[in-house]
Amino acid sequence: MKKYDAIVVGAGHNGLTTASFMAKAGLNVLVVEKNDYVGGAACSLELHPNWTYSNCSYVCSLLRPEIVRDLNLPSYGLQVVPYSGGGTFMANGDHLAHYTDHDAYRQEVARHSKRDSEAYERFSTFLSKQCRFVKPLLMRMAPDPTSFNPRDLHELMFLAKRFDEFSEADMHETIRFWTMSVAEFLEEYFESDVVKATIAGAGIIGTALGPMSPGTAYVLLHHYMGEVDGNIGAWGFARGGMGAISKALAVCFKDHGGKIVMGSGVDQILVKNGRAVGVALENGNEYYSDTIVSNADVKRTFLQHVERKQLPEDFVRKVERFKIRGSSGKLNIALDGMPTFTGVEDNHPMLNGDMHFTDSLERMERAYDDWKNGTWSKDPYVDMLIPTRTDPTMTPPGKHYMTVFIQYAPYELANGESWDGPARDGLAQSVIDQIAERSPNFKDLILHYECRTPWDIEQEAGITEGNIFQGELTFDQLLFNRPVPGYAQYRSPIKGLWMCGSSTHPGGGVMAAPGANAAREILRDMGAKQTVRG
Amino acid sequence: MTKKYDSIVIGGGHNGLVCAAYLAKAGQKVIVLEANEKVGGMAITSELGGVKVPTVAHIARAVHPKVIKDLGLNIEIAKANIPMIALNTDGQHLKFKGDQVSGMNGAIVSAEDIKGYKSVHRNLQRFAKFLSPMMEAKAPKLKNRDREDTWNLIKLGVKLRLLGKQDMQEFLRIALLNIGDLLEDNIDNKQLIGAAAMDACWGTHLAPRSPGSVLTAMYRETGDMKGTRGAAHIVKGGMGNITDKLLKICTDLGVNVQTNAKVSKIVVEDDCVKGVELDGGEIITAENISSNADPRRTMLDMVGAEHLDINFTRRINNIRDKGDTAKVNLVLDRLPSFKGLSEEDLKARLLVCPDILYAEHAFNHCKYGEMAAKPALEITIPSVSDSSLVNDGKHVMSIVAQYAPYKLKAGWSEDTRNQLFENVIKVLEQYAPDIRECIDVSETLSPADIAKRFNNSGGHWHHVEMQVDQMLMNRPIHGAAQYNTPIEGLYLCGAGAHPGGNVTGVPGMNAAKRILSQKK
Repeated sequence: MKKYDAIVVGAGHNGLTTASFMAKAGLNVLVVEKNDYVGGAACSLELHPNWTYSNCSYVCSLLRPEIVRDLNLPSYGLQVVPYSGGGTFMANGDHLAHYTDHDAYRQEVARHSKRDSEAYERFSTFLSKQCRFVKPLLMRMAPDPTSFNPRDLHELMFLAKRFDEFSEADMHETIRFWTMSVAEFLEEYFESDVVKATIAGAGIIGTALGPMSPGTAYVLLHHYMGEVDGNIGAWGFARGGMGAISKALAVCFKDHGGKIVMGSGVDQILVKNGRAVGVALENGNEYYSDTIVSNADVKRTFLQHVERKQLPEDFVRKVERFKIRGSSGKLNIALDGMPTFTGVEDNHPMLNGDMHFTDSLERMERAYDDWKNGTWSKDPYVDMLIPTRTDPTMTPPGKHYMTVFIQYAPYELANGESWDGPARDGLAQSVIDQIAERSPNFKDLILHYECRTPWDIEQEAGITEGNIFQGELTFDQLLFNRPVPGYAQYRSPIKGLWMCGSSTHPGGGVMAAPGANAAREILRDMGAKQTVRG
Repeated sequence: MTKKYDSIVIGGGHNGLVCAAYLAKAGQKVIVLEANEKVGGMAITSELGGVKVPTVAHIARAVHPKVIKDLGLNIEIAKANIPMIALNTDGQHLKFKGDQVSGMNGAIVSAEDIKGYKSVHRNLQRFAKFLSPMMEAKAPKLKNRDREDTWNLIKLGVKLRLLGKQDMQEFLRIALLNIGDLLEDNIDNKQLIGAAAMDACWGTHLAPRSPGSVLTAMYRETGDMKGTRGAAHIVKGGMGNITDKLLKICTDLGVNVQTNAKVSKIVVEDDCVKGVELDGGEIITAENISSNADPRRTMLDMVGAEHLDINFTRRINNIRDKGDTAKVNLVLDRLPSFKGLSEEDLKARLLVCPDILYAEHAFNHCKYGEMAAKPALEITIPSVSDSSLVNDGKHVMSIVAQYAPYKLKAGWSEDTRNQLFENVIKVLEQYAPDIRECIDVSETLSPADIAKRFNNSGGHWHHVEMQVDQMLMNRPIHGAAQYNTPIEGLYLCGAGAHPGGNVTGVPGMNAAKRILSQKK
C-alpha cells in the first residue's frame, strides 16, 4: 500500500499552490480532482469550438507576486497582461471612462464633477494607505486573540505594531473604513452618482450585501489590494484565460514530482482514531496519507466528506452557520465581431477594460433588494469585459470573447423554481438586454452564450452555494474568524486534516495566499523544509 | 449686558440637565439655556387633546443607576418590566419577557426555539454587561492616550479575556454581525425572528440584515435601570416626569434654568469659548460651555466653520444624523379591541413586524428617500398602566413607526405627513380593526418635524446614527470623542457623544466629569 506524504483534495488554484510548495519541499504529494481539468473556478474551457472561455473567474490582480516569484510561474507559462480602460455607460447616454493615467482619469471625473476630481486625490491616498496596511497581513497566519500561544502573541504584536504606525487620525479612519458601507464611505468623498457607482462595484462583487450595507467598504479594499507587475490596484488578463494560472501551477507541481489524479471526486476523507488517514474517491479508489489538505470549502469538506461522528459537535455547528451565500452569476459570450457602443467611438480605450451600466448607488442597491427577495436582479450590476481585445489568443482572428459577471443572483429562487430551466435563460436575457440597450449590433453578433448561476457554479466548481469567495467576506468571517473561530490557522479538529481553500484567511479571489499560508503551516508542523516565505 | 457663569449648558434635554446637575453639585455656577418653552428635549410629556402624551420617547430602559444614585433621581414607575408582544393578524401573538418567549392563543413556539431564543438573549446580555463599564468613562483613545485611557483599555482587554475562551470567541464573531443571521442560526420560527430582529433596529438606519445590528441590540441591553438588565418600563406621568424631576434637582442645586432662550451663536475668541449669544442678542459669558445640541448644530451652526480646521469640519459634515423614525400619537376615546389581547396585555409593548422580509421591505423604501408603505411599529398604551395621563375614560396610544426618512424625496408636507399617518393606521387596522373609530385626536411627527420641534439636525433619536463607525472613539467624530472639542472650553454632552442615545443620562454625566477633570 503506497502512502503519500500529503494528499490535496481539489485542484483549484489554492490546492495547486499548497501542493506545489509542498512538492518543492521534496514531499511526495498527490492531488485529487473531481473534474477532468484542473483549476476549479480558475479555468479556461473551450465551450464553443475555437473559443476559449474564462468561464468562471475572469481577471487577475490579487494573485500574490511573491507566490508567482517563489514558484517561478512565468517559467511554467504564466503571463499576466495588464489591461486599462473600463468605465460606466450612463443611462443618459454619457459615460465615465476609467484611465490608468491618474491625470487623465482626474480630468474625466472632472467632466462629471470638479469637486469629485479633487476628492479623488484624497480618496486614492487613503485607499493606498489601507492597501499598504493590509498587504503584509495576507501572507501571514491570522493570530488567535483568545490564545496565549507565543506565536499568536507574537503575531498579535506584529498587528498592533502595524496599526500603531498610523497617525491617530488614520487609526480612527481605519476603524471606520473597515466597518462602514461602501456607499456611505464614498459619499464622504464624492457627489457624482456615476463616480460613486463606478467605484462602489468593487464593494459588492461576490458579496450577498448591497452597497448600503455596513461592512462593504472592506470588500472594496479586498478588490483594490492586488497588483500586476508591481502596479498596485492594477488588473490583468492571464494570457489564455484564467486557466493559464492553474495550468502553470499544475505544471510547476508536476515538475517538482507531484501527481494529479483527475476525473473522480472525493467521496470521503478517511478518519481513524481521530486522525486523517486517506481519501476514498467516488470511483472506489482509495489513497492514503497522514496529511490531507482540503481545497474544498469548509462546508463541503466537513459536512459532506467527513463523517459527522468524527467531529466535535460544537465545530459542526460553527461550520453549519458559516455564511457562504451565492450571489453572483456569469455570462460568457462568443461574438462574431467587436460590438459597437453608442456614445463612444469604436476604438475607445474604455472598451479594453471592465465596463458597467449601473450609474447610481440606488440602482445598485435596488439590484440587491431583488436578491433579498430571493430573485435575480432585474437591473443587475454587471462587470463586462472583452479580454480578446488584449489577448487575441482566445478566439479565431477578428472574433471576440465577452465575459459578463452578474451581481445579484440567489442560489435558490424564492418561488421554488429550479435554476436548471427557463430561469437561467431569464437571467441571461436580462443581462443581454441591458447590454443591447447601449450596443445596437450586440445581439446580432452573438454566436453562442452560456450562463452560470450560483447553482451551476456549485455543480461545476464544487463551491457550496456557488459563492465565489468560498464564504462571505464579512467581519464575522475574516481574520481569526475565518472560516470559524478557533480554527483559523488552516488546522481542523481532526489531526492531519488541513484546509487550504478560500474559506480560510485571507479569503477569496484568485490570490493563492490561503494555499501558500496553509503550505507554510503544514510544512512547519511536519518539520519539513520551509518553502513558503513569511 | 453680560452675565458671568462657570458653565453654560446649551439645551435642556435630559443629558443637558444631568450635566448641569453634576456641575452644580461640584460647586459651579451653572445656567441652562433651553430654546423651547419647556425643558426635557425628546423626553417630555405634552398635552394633546386634553390628555398627556409621551411626545417622542415613550419607554424608559436605561437611565443609568449612577445618575439615579448621584442625583437622587426618583423615577416613579407605573408599570415595570413590561413584556413585548409581537402581533399576528390572526391573534396568534408571541409574548416576550426577559429571556422567555411563549405563544398566545394557540401560537406554537417549539421547545428548540424557546431554548434558542434564551441562549441568544443570554449571550446578548452577557456581552452587554461586559460592555457596560465602557459606557461610564470617556471612550479611550488608541494613540496619544492619557493614563485613564490606557488603564481603561487594559481593563477592557482583561475583561475580554475573563469572558473565557468560548465567550470571547463568540463575542468577537458576533460583535459586527447582523441580527438576522444571529437569530436564524439559533431559531426557526419566522415570527419570533422577525420581532426579535426588528427590536434591535429601532431608532437606527439599520434593518435586520444590516451588519452591525447585533451591536445595537447589545447597546440596548446595557441599560440596567431597575436591576433588570434590558427591561422596559412605563414611567408614571410619561417620560417628561424624568426630565421634570431633573429640572427640580437642578434648580434645587442652584442652577439657573432659562427656557425660551435660544442660543444663536457660541462666541469664540482665540480658539477659546467666551460665552454664548442668544437669539435676542443677549450675551452670556462663561468659562465652559457644554452643548446638549447635536454635534452638527453645535459645531457648524453655533461655532461656525471659520473657527475649525478643514478636516474637522469635513468630519462633522460627514456625520450621519438623519433619522428614520417617525412618531404617531393618538388620543383615543376608548380602548381599541386588539384581536386576542386582554386589557392587561395592552400594558405590554406591542410590536408589528411579522418577519424579517417585512422589516427589510419597510427599510428598502427609506434607502431611497421614500416612506415605508407598511411600516414596522412599536406601540405602547401608557394610559392603561397610568390613569393619571388621561380623564373621561380616554386613552393614549404612542406609536413608533419605521421607516420614514428625514430626507423624503417628495418633501415633508401636510400631504406626506397624512400619508404617513394613513400608512401607520392601515397597518394597525389589521390588528385592531376598530382603531379608526377610537381616534379622537392624533399627532404625526416625521423626523423633519422632530428636528424642527426639538432643534436637532436630522430629527434622529440618537442625535447621531448608532453604528460602529460612529461609536466609541469615533463618536461623534475623531477629534471630539472625549467630550471636549478643538475649541477650548467647549464640550459635547448630548446623545451625539459617547456612549450614545436613549434616555440614559450617561453622556451628560461623563461630560460633566470631563469638564471637572480638565479644570485646573
